[in-house]
Amino acid sequence: MVWNSLLSELAKGTLTTITVSLAGLAVGMLSGLALALVRAGAVPVASQAIAVYVSVVRATPMVTLALLIFFGLPAIGLGMSPLTAAILIISINTSVFQAEIWRASLQDFPQGQLYAAHAAGMSRALTFRRIVFPQVWRASLPALVNEMTLVIKGSPAVAVIGVVDLTRVAVRWTTQTYAPIPPFLTATAIYVVVVMCLIRVQRYTERRIVEKYGTL
Amino acid sequence: MIANFGIVLGEWRELATGFLNTIWLCALSGVLSLVLAVFVSMLLVSRRREARRMAQGVVDVLRAIPFLMLLFIVYYCLPAVNVRLSSWTCGLFALVVYNTAYFAEILRGAWTHLPPEQEEAGRAYGYVGLGLYRRIILPQIVIAASPVLGNQMITLVKNSAFLMVITIPDLTFMANQVQAIYFVPLETMLVAVALYWMICSTIEWTVRRMDRVALVRGHE
Repeated sequence: MVWNSLLSELAKGTLTTITVSLAGLAVGMLSGLALALVRAGAVPVASQAIAVYVSVVRATPMVTLALLIFFGLPAIGLGMSPLTAAILIISINTSVFQAEIWRASLQDFPQGQLYAAHAAGMSRALTFRRIVFPQVWRASLPALVNEMTLVIKGSPAVAVIGVVDLTRVAVRWTTQTYAPIPPFLTATAIYVVVVMCLIRVQRYTERRIVEKYGTL
Repeated sequence: MIANFGIVLGEWRELATGFLNTIWLCALSGVLSLVLAVFVSMLLVSRRREARRMAQGVVDVLRAIPFLMLLFIVYYCLPAVNVRLSSWTCGLFALVVYNTAYFAEILRGAWTHLPPEQEEAGRAYGYVGLGLYRRIILPQIVIAASPVLGNQMITLVKNSAFLMVITIPDLTFMANQVQAIYFVPLETMLVAVALYWMICSTIEWTVRRMDRVALVRGHE
Protein backbone atom coordinates (compact mmCIF):
# COMPACT_ATOMS: atom_id res chain seq x y z
CA MET A 1 0.00 0.00 0.00
CA VAL A 2 2.71 2.45 1.09
CA TRP A 3 4.88 1.32 -1.82
CA ASN A 4 2.05 1.94 -4.28
CA SER A 5 1.55 5.53 -3.19
CA LEU A 6 5.32 6.11 -3.09
CA LEU A 7 5.66 4.86 -6.64
CA SER A 8 2.76 6.94 -7.93
CA GLU A 9 4.21 10.05 -6.23
CA LEU A 10 7.63 9.34 -7.76
CA ALA A 11 6.04 8.77 -11.16
CA LYS A 12 4.42 12.22 -10.93
CA GLY A 13 7.78 13.72 -9.96
CA THR A 14 9.48 11.97 -12.87
CA LEU A 15 6.86 13.35 -15.22
CA THR A 16 7.47 16.89 -13.91
CA THR A 17 11.25 16.48 -14.25
CA ILE A 18 10.92 15.25 -17.83
CA THR A 19 8.30 17.84 -18.85
CA VAL A 20 10.27 20.75 -17.43
CA SER A 21 13.52 19.46 -18.96
CA LEU A 22 12.05 18.86 -22.41
CA ALA A 23 10.24 22.23 -22.49
CA GLY A 24 13.43 23.99 -21.37
CA LEU A 25 15.45 22.10 -23.97
CA ALA A 26 13.09 22.99 -26.80
CA VAL A 27 13.11 26.70 -25.93
CA GLY A 28 16.87 26.56 -25.31
CA MET A 29 17.51 24.92 -28.66
CA LEU A 30 15.84 27.72 -30.60
CA SER A 31 17.35 30.53 -28.53
CA GLY A 32 20.74 28.79 -28.62
CA LEU A 33 20.60 28.64 -32.41
CA ALA A 34 19.58 32.31 -32.55
CA LEU A 35 22.49 33.28 -30.24
CA ALA A 36 24.94 31.25 -32.34
CA LEU A 37 23.70 32.76 -35.61
CA VAL A 38 23.94 36.36 -34.41
CA ARG A 39 27.41 35.63 -33.03
CA ALA A 40 28.55 33.92 -36.24
CA GLY A 41 27.04 36.73 -38.32
CA ALA A 42 29.55 39.11 -36.69
CA VAL A 43 26.89 41.76 -36.00
CA PRO A 44 28.80 44.60 -34.32
CA VAL A 45 28.10 45.06 -30.56
CA ALA A 46 25.48 42.24 -30.56
CA SER A 47 28.15 39.57 -31.21
CA GLN A 48 30.36 40.83 -28.38
CA ALA A 49 27.37 41.21 -26.05
CA ILE A 50 26.38 37.60 -26.77
CA ALA A 51 29.93 36.39 -26.16
CA VAL A 52 29.90 38.03 -22.70
CA TYR A 53 26.37 36.78 -21.96
CA VAL A 54 27.32 33.19 -22.88
CA SER A 55 30.46 33.35 -20.77
CA VAL A 56 28.60 34.68 -17.70
CA VAL A 57 25.62 32.33 -17.89
CA ARG A 58 27.91 29.34 -18.46
CA ALA A 59 29.64 30.17 -15.17
CA THR A 60 26.39 30.61 -13.23
CA PRO A 61 25.27 27.68 -11.04
CA MET A 62 21.75 26.50 -11.79
CA VAL A 63 20.60 27.22 -8.20
CA THR A 64 21.89 30.79 -8.30
CA LEU A 65 20.17 31.28 -11.65
CA ALA A 66 16.96 29.82 -10.18
CA LEU A 67 17.01 32.31 -7.28
CA LEU A 68 17.86 35.17 -9.65
CA ILE A 69 14.89 34.38 -11.91
CA PHE A 70 12.35 33.38 -9.30
CA PHE A 71 13.02 36.19 -6.80
CA GLY A 72 14.74 38.76 -9.00
CA LEU A 73 12.28 39.09 -11.87
CA PRO A 74 9.16 39.68 -9.70
CA ALA A 75 11.09 42.57 -8.09
CA ILE A 76 11.04 44.35 -11.46
CA GLY A 77 7.40 43.43 -12.08
CA LEU A 78 7.78 40.12 -13.90
CA GLY A 79 6.05 37.67 -11.59
CA MET A 80 5.52 34.08 -12.72
CA SER A 81 4.46 30.67 -11.46
CA PRO A 82 7.18 28.28 -10.23
CA LEU A 83 6.58 25.99 -13.22
CA THR A 84 7.03 28.79 -15.78
CA ALA A 85 10.08 29.99 -13.87
CA ALA A 86 11.50 26.45 -13.92
CA ILE A 87 11.17 26.19 -17.70
CA LEU A 88 12.68 29.66 -18.11
CA ILE A 89 15.62 28.79 -15.82
CA ILE A 90 16.40 25.56 -17.66
CA SER A 91 16.09 27.17 -21.08
CA ILE A 92 18.37 30.09 -20.14
CA ASN A 93 20.95 27.65 -18.76
CA THR A 94 20.86 25.21 -21.65
CA SER A 95 20.61 27.87 -24.40
CA VAL A 96 24.17 29.08 -23.80
CA PHE A 97 25.55 25.55 -23.95
CA GLN A 98 23.49 24.81 -27.06
CA ALA A 99 24.73 28.08 -28.57
CA GLU A 100 28.29 26.75 -28.18
CA ILE A 101 27.29 23.44 -29.81
CA TRP A 102 25.72 25.24 -32.79
CA ARG A 103 28.69 27.59 -32.96
CA ALA A 104 31.13 24.69 -33.18
CA SER A 105 29.28 23.06 -36.07
CA LEU A 106 28.78 26.41 -37.84
CA GLN A 107 32.53 27.06 -37.58
CA ASP A 108 33.31 23.69 -39.11
CA PHE A 109 31.00 24.38 -42.03
CA PRO A 110 32.96 24.44 -45.35
CA GLN A 111 33.26 28.05 -46.58
CA GLY A 112 33.27 26.90 -50.22
CA GLN A 113 29.62 25.94 -50.03
CA LEU A 114 28.73 29.44 -48.83
CA TYR A 115 30.57 31.00 -51.76
CA ALA A 116 28.84 28.58 -54.14
CA ALA A 117 25.42 29.50 -52.72
CA HIS A 118 26.29 33.18 -53.03
CA ALA A 119 27.40 32.64 -56.65
CA ALA A 120 24.12 30.89 -57.37
CA GLY A 121 22.34 34.04 -56.20
CA MET A 122 20.96 32.79 -52.89
CA SER A 123 20.26 35.30 -50.12
CA ARG A 124 21.83 34.69 -46.69
CA ALA A 125 18.54 33.52 -45.21
CA LEU A 126 17.91 31.13 -48.09
CA THR A 127 21.48 29.81 -47.89
CA PHE A 128 20.96 29.07 -44.22
CA ARG A 129 17.64 27.32 -44.80
CA ARG A 130 18.56 25.28 -47.86
CA ILE A 131 22.31 24.70 -47.50
CA VAL A 132 23.63 25.26 -43.98
CA PHE A 133 20.91 24.03 -41.62
CA PRO A 134 20.22 20.66 -43.35
CA GLN A 135 23.91 19.83 -42.80
CA VAL A 136 24.74 21.36 -39.40
CA TRP A 137 21.79 19.89 -37.52
CA ARG A 138 23.13 16.39 -37.89
CA ALA A 139 26.61 17.42 -36.79
CA SER A 140 25.03 18.94 -33.68
CA LEU A 141 22.52 16.21 -32.89
CA PRO A 142 24.69 13.89 -30.74
CA ALA A 143 25.95 16.85 -28.70
CA LEU A 144 22.37 18.05 -28.26
CA VAL A 145 21.27 14.64 -26.95
CA ASN A 146 24.24 14.73 -24.58
CA GLU A 147 23.08 18.18 -23.44
CA MET A 148 19.74 16.55 -22.59
CA THR A 149 21.41 14.32 -19.99
CA LEU A 150 23.13 17.39 -18.52
CA VAL A 151 19.77 19.18 -18.32
CA ILE A 152 18.16 16.24 -16.50
CA LYS A 153 21.06 16.26 -14.04
CA GLY A 154 20.76 20.03 -13.51
CA SER A 155 16.96 20.02 -13.24
CA PRO A 156 16.75 19.41 -9.44
CA ALA A 157 17.74 23.08 -9.07
CA VAL A 158 14.08 23.88 -9.72
CA ALA A 159 13.18 21.95 -6.56
CA VAL A 160 14.74 24.89 -4.66
CA ILE A 161 12.04 27.25 -5.94
CA GLY A 162 9.24 24.86 -5.00
CA VAL A 163 8.63 22.80 -8.14
CA VAL A 164 7.80 19.24 -7.08
CA ASP A 165 10.19 17.33 -9.34
CA LEU A 166 11.57 13.84 -8.77
CA THR A 167 14.14 15.02 -6.20
CA ARG A 168 11.63 17.04 -4.23
CA VAL A 169 9.15 14.15 -4.14
CA ALA A 170 11.84 12.03 -2.48
CA VAL A 171 12.59 14.77 0.06
CA ARG A 172 8.92 15.33 0.81
CA TRP A 173 8.33 11.62 1.28
CA THR A 174 11.28 11.47 3.66
CA THR A 175 10.06 14.35 5.82
CA GLN A 176 6.58 12.77 6.00
CA THR A 177 7.55 9.18 6.77
CA TYR A 178 11.02 9.48 8.35
CA ALA A 179 12.10 6.59 6.10
CA PRO A 180 14.62 8.10 3.69
CA ILE A 181 16.03 4.98 2.07
CA PRO A 182 13.06 3.72 -0.06
CA PRO A 183 12.26 7.06 -1.77
CA PHE A 184 15.88 8.02 -2.39
CA LEU A 185 16.99 4.66 -3.74
CA THR A 186 13.96 4.48 -6.05
CA ALA A 187 14.49 8.05 -7.25
CA THR A 188 18.17 7.30 -7.88
CA ALA A 189 17.19 4.23 -9.91
CA ILE A 190 14.77 6.34 -11.97
CA TYR A 191 17.45 8.95 -12.73
CA VAL A 192 19.90 6.21 -13.70
CA VAL A 193 17.38 4.59 -16.06
CA VAL A 194 16.43 7.91 -17.69
CA VAL A 195 20.05 8.99 -18.18
CA MET A 196 21.19 5.57 -19.43
CA CYS A 197 18.32 5.58 -21.96
CA LEU A 198 19.44 8.99 -23.21
CA ILE A 199 23.02 7.72 -23.57
CA ARG A 200 21.66 4.82 -25.66
CA VAL A 201 19.70 7.30 -27.81
CA GLN A 202 22.86 9.35 -28.28
CA ARG A 203 24.91 6.34 -29.45
CA TYR A 204 22.05 5.23 -31.70
CA THR A 205 21.66 8.64 -33.40
CA GLU A 206 25.42 8.87 -33.90
CA ARG A 207 25.47 5.43 -35.53
CA ARG A 208 22.42 6.13 -37.69
CA ILE A 209 23.85 9.42 -38.94
CA VAL A 210 27.18 7.79 -39.81
CA GLU A 211 25.33 4.97 -41.59
CA LYS A 212 23.12 7.32 -43.56
CA TYR A 213 25.44 10.19 -44.43
CA GLY A 214 28.90 8.59 -44.13
CA THR A 215 30.15 11.11 -41.52
CA LEU A 216 28.77 13.07 -38.62
CA MET B 1 18.65 50.12 -9.04
CA ILE B 2 22.03 51.80 -8.43
CA ALA B 3 20.98 52.52 -4.84
CA ASN B 4 20.07 48.84 -4.43
CA PHE B 5 23.55 47.79 -5.55
CA GLY B 6 24.79 50.14 -2.81
CA ILE B 7 22.79 48.15 -0.25
CA VAL B 8 24.25 44.89 -1.56
CA LEU B 9 27.80 46.20 -1.49
CA GLY B 10 27.17 47.45 2.08
CA GLU B 11 26.76 43.77 2.99
CA TRP B 12 30.11 42.88 1.42
CA ARG B 13 31.23 41.05 4.57
CA GLU B 14 28.43 38.49 4.25
CA LEU B 15 29.10 37.98 0.55
CA ALA B 16 32.87 37.75 1.10
CA THR B 17 32.30 35.04 3.73
CA GLY B 18 30.17 33.07 1.25
CA PHE B 19 32.68 33.66 -1.54
CA LEU B 20 35.59 32.38 0.56
CA ASN B 21 33.57 29.38 1.80
CA THR B 22 32.74 28.44 -1.78
CA ILE B 23 36.40 28.76 -2.78
CA TRP B 24 37.86 26.66 0.00
CA LEU B 25 35.14 24.01 -0.23
CA CYS B 26 35.74 23.65 -3.96
CA ALA B 27 39.55 23.74 -3.68
CA LEU B 28 39.64 21.16 -0.88
CA SER B 29 37.14 18.81 -2.51
CA GLY B 30 38.87 19.25 -5.88
CA VAL B 31 42.23 18.17 -4.44
CA LEU B 32 40.76 15.32 -2.39
CA SER B 33 38.75 13.94 -5.28
CA LEU B 34 41.72 14.12 -7.65
CA VAL B 35 43.83 12.08 -5.21
CA LEU B 36 41.02 9.53 -4.74
CA ALA B 37 40.36 9.43 -8.49
CA VAL B 38 43.96 8.37 -9.09
CA PHE B 39 43.29 5.21 -7.06
CA VAL B 40 39.81 4.64 -8.47
CA SER B 41 41.14 4.94 -12.04
CA MET B 42 43.57 2.10 -11.23
CA LEU B 43 40.53 -0.04 -10.35
CA LEU B 44 38.83 1.00 -13.59
CA VAL B 45 41.63 -0.48 -15.70
CA SER B 46 42.38 -3.35 -13.32
CA ARG B 47 42.96 -6.77 -14.88
CA ARG B 48 40.67 -8.34 -12.28
CA ARG B 49 37.32 -8.40 -13.96
CA GLU B 50 35.06 -8.28 -10.88
CA ALA B 51 36.95 -5.35 -9.38
CA ARG B 52 36.84 -3.46 -12.66
CA ARG B 53 33.15 -4.14 -13.27
CA MET B 54 32.12 -3.13 -9.78
CA ALA B 55 34.14 0.11 -9.83
CA GLN B 56 32.79 0.98 -13.28
CA GLY B 57 29.21 0.31 -12.12
CA VAL B 58 29.55 2.62 -9.12
CA VAL B 59 31.20 5.34 -11.25
CA ASP B 60 28.49 5.06 -13.91
CA VAL B 61 25.66 5.35 -11.38
CA LEU B 62 27.29 8.38 -9.73
CA ARG B 63 27.70 10.02 -13.11
CA ALA B 64 24.06 9.40 -13.99
CA ILE B 65 22.46 11.03 -10.95
CA PRO B 66 22.12 14.76 -10.23
CA PHE B 67 24.49 16.14 -7.58
CA LEU B 68 21.56 17.31 -5.45
CA MET B 69 20.29 13.73 -5.35
CA LEU B 70 23.61 12.45 -3.97
CA LEU B 71 23.73 15.34 -1.49
CA PHE B 72 20.28 14.43 -0.16
CA ILE B 73 21.18 10.75 0.00
CA VAL B 74 24.21 11.59 2.14
CA TYR B 75 22.25 14.09 4.22
CA TYR B 76 19.10 12.03 4.85
CA CYS B 77 20.08 8.38 4.38
CA LEU B 78 23.31 8.19 6.38
CA PRO B 79 21.59 9.19 9.68
CA ALA B 80 19.05 6.40 8.99
CA VAL B 81 21.91 3.89 9.24
CA ASN B 82 23.27 5.65 12.34
CA VAL B 83 26.05 7.65 10.70
CA ARG B 84 25.73 11.22 11.92
CA LEU B 85 27.73 13.92 10.15
CA SER B 86 27.61 17.70 10.41
CA SER B 87 26.21 19.49 7.37
CA TRP B 88 29.74 20.66 6.48
CA THR B 89 31.06 17.10 6.49
CA CYS B 90 28.03 15.95 4.49
CA GLY B 91 28.55 18.64 1.88
CA LEU B 92 32.26 18.01 1.55
CA PHE B 93 31.75 14.24 1.46
CA ALA B 94 29.11 14.49 -1.29
CA LEU B 95 31.26 16.86 -3.36
CA VAL B 96 34.30 14.58 -3.05
CA VAL B 97 32.42 11.35 -3.87
CA TYR B 98 30.60 12.88 -6.85
CA ASN B 99 33.68 14.45 -8.40
CA THR B 100 35.89 11.44 -7.76
CA ALA B 101 33.62 9.49 -10.12
CA TYR B 102 34.00 12.10 -12.87
CA PHE B 103 37.75 12.60 -12.36
CA ALA B 104 38.36 8.83 -12.32
CA GLU B 105 36.43 8.39 -15.57
CA ILE B 106 38.43 11.24 -17.17
CA LEU B 107 41.73 9.66 -16.06
CA ARG B 108 40.61 6.26 -17.34
CA GLY B 109 39.80 7.83 -20.72
CA ALA B 110 43.23 9.47 -20.91
CA TRP B 111 44.87 6.19 -19.88
CA THR B 112 43.26 4.24 -22.73
CA HIS B 113 44.65 6.82 -25.17
CA LEU B 114 48.18 6.45 -23.82
CA PRO B 115 50.30 4.40 -26.26
CA PRO B 116 50.98 0.94 -24.74
CA GLU B 117 54.67 1.31 -25.66
CA GLN B 118 55.01 3.77 -22.76
CA GLU B 119 54.08 1.08 -20.28
CA GLU B 120 56.20 -1.54 -22.06
CA ALA B 121 59.24 0.75 -22.07
CA GLY B 122 58.69 1.41 -18.37
CA ARG B 123 58.57 -2.31 -17.66
CA ALA B 124 61.75 -2.82 -19.73
CA TYR B 125 63.47 -0.37 -17.37
CA GLY B 126 62.30 -2.39 -14.38
CA TYR B 127 59.34 -0.25 -13.25
CA VAL B 128 56.50 -2.34 -11.86
CA GLY B 129 53.21 -1.81 -10.02
CA LEU B 130 52.76 1.48 -8.20
CA GLY B 131 56.19 2.77 -9.23
CA LEU B 132 55.34 2.27 -12.90
CA TYR B 133 52.04 4.03 -12.40
CA ARG B 134 53.44 6.95 -10.41
CA ARG B 135 56.52 7.63 -12.53
CA ILE B 136 55.46 6.70 -16.05
CA ILE B 137 51.69 6.66 -16.47
CA LEU B 138 50.23 9.19 -14.03
CA PRO B 139 52.26 12.28 -15.07
CA GLN B 140 51.34 11.74 -18.70
CA ILE B 141 47.63 11.11 -18.24
CA VAL B 142 47.22 14.05 -15.85
CA ILE B 143 48.87 16.41 -18.35
CA ALA B 144 46.88 14.98 -21.26
CA ALA B 145 43.59 15.19 -19.32
CA SER B 146 44.21 18.57 -17.67
CA PRO B 147 41.82 20.55 -19.92
CA VAL B 148 38.98 18.12 -19.24
CA LEU B 149 39.84 18.01 -15.52
CA GLY B 150 39.68 21.80 -15.51
CA ASN B 151 36.22 21.79 -17.09
CA GLN B 152 35.11 19.33 -14.45
CA MET B 153 36.48 21.73 -11.78
CA ILE B 154 34.14 24.41 -13.18
CA THR B 155 31.25 21.95 -12.92
CA LEU B 156 32.29 21.29 -9.32
CA VAL B 157 32.11 25.02 -8.50
CA LYS B 158 28.65 25.19 -10.04
CA ASN B 159 27.49 22.09 -8.19
CA SER B 160 28.75 23.53 -4.91
CA ALA B 161 25.86 26.04 -5.04
CA PHE B 162 23.53 23.13 -4.23
CA LEU B 163 25.13 23.01 -0.77
CA MET B 164 22.92 25.95 0.21
CA VAL B 165 19.95 23.59 0.55
CA ILE B 166 21.63 21.84 3.49
CA THR B 167 22.33 25.29 5.04
CA ILE B 168 26.05 25.50 4.29
CA PRO B 169 26.84 29.26 4.10
CA ASP B 170 28.34 29.26 0.61
CA LEU B 171 28.11 32.17 -1.82
CA THR B 172 24.56 31.35 -2.99
CA PHE B 173 23.32 30.81 0.58
CA MET B 174 24.76 34.12 1.80
CA ALA B 175 23.44 35.97 -1.26
CA ASN B 176 20.01 34.47 -0.59
CA GLN B 177 20.17 35.70 3.01
CA VAL B 178 21.15 39.23 1.98
CA GLN B 179 18.35 39.39 -0.60
CA ALA B 180 15.79 38.12 1.92
CA ILE B 181 16.75 40.72 4.55
CA TYR B 182 16.82 43.81 2.31
CA PHE B 183 14.53 42.54 -0.45
CA VAL B 184 16.93 43.39 -3.25
CA PRO B 185 16.89 39.97 -4.98
CA LEU B 186 17.89 40.99 -8.52
CA GLU B 187 20.92 43.06 -7.50
CA THR B 188 22.20 40.58 -4.89
CA MET B 189 21.98 37.62 -7.23
CA LEU B 190 23.66 39.56 -10.04
CA VAL B 191 26.58 40.27 -7.70
CA ALA B 192 26.73 36.56 -6.80
CA VAL B 193 26.67 35.65 -10.50
CA ALA B 194 29.56 38.05 -11.13
CA LEU B 195 31.57 36.43 -8.32
CA TYR B 196 30.94 32.92 -9.71
CA TRP B 197 31.99 34.20 -13.11
CA MET B 198 35.27 35.40 -11.56
CA ILE B 199 35.97 31.97 -10.05
CA CYS B 200 35.13 30.09 -13.24
CA SER B 201 37.09 32.49 -15.46
CA THR B 202 40.15 32.01 -13.26
CA ILE B 203 39.87 28.23 -13.63
CA GLU B 204 39.33 28.59 -17.38
CA TRP B 205 42.43 30.79 -17.68
CA THR B 206 44.48 28.21 -15.76
CA VAL B 207 43.11 25.45 -17.99
CA ARG B 208 44.20 27.34 -21.09
CA ARG B 209 47.71 27.67 -19.65
CA MET B 210 47.78 23.92 -18.94
CA ASP B 211 46.44 23.23 -22.42
CA ARG B 212 49.57 24.92 -23.79
CA VAL B 213 51.78 22.74 -21.55
CA ALA B 214 49.96 19.66 -22.84
CA LEU B 215 50.51 20.75 -26.45
CA VAL B 216 54.23 21.35 -25.84
CA ARG B 217 54.49 17.88 -24.34
CA GLY B 218 52.93 16.43 -27.50
CA HIS B 219 49.37 15.69 -26.29
CA GLU B 220 46.46 16.84 -28.38
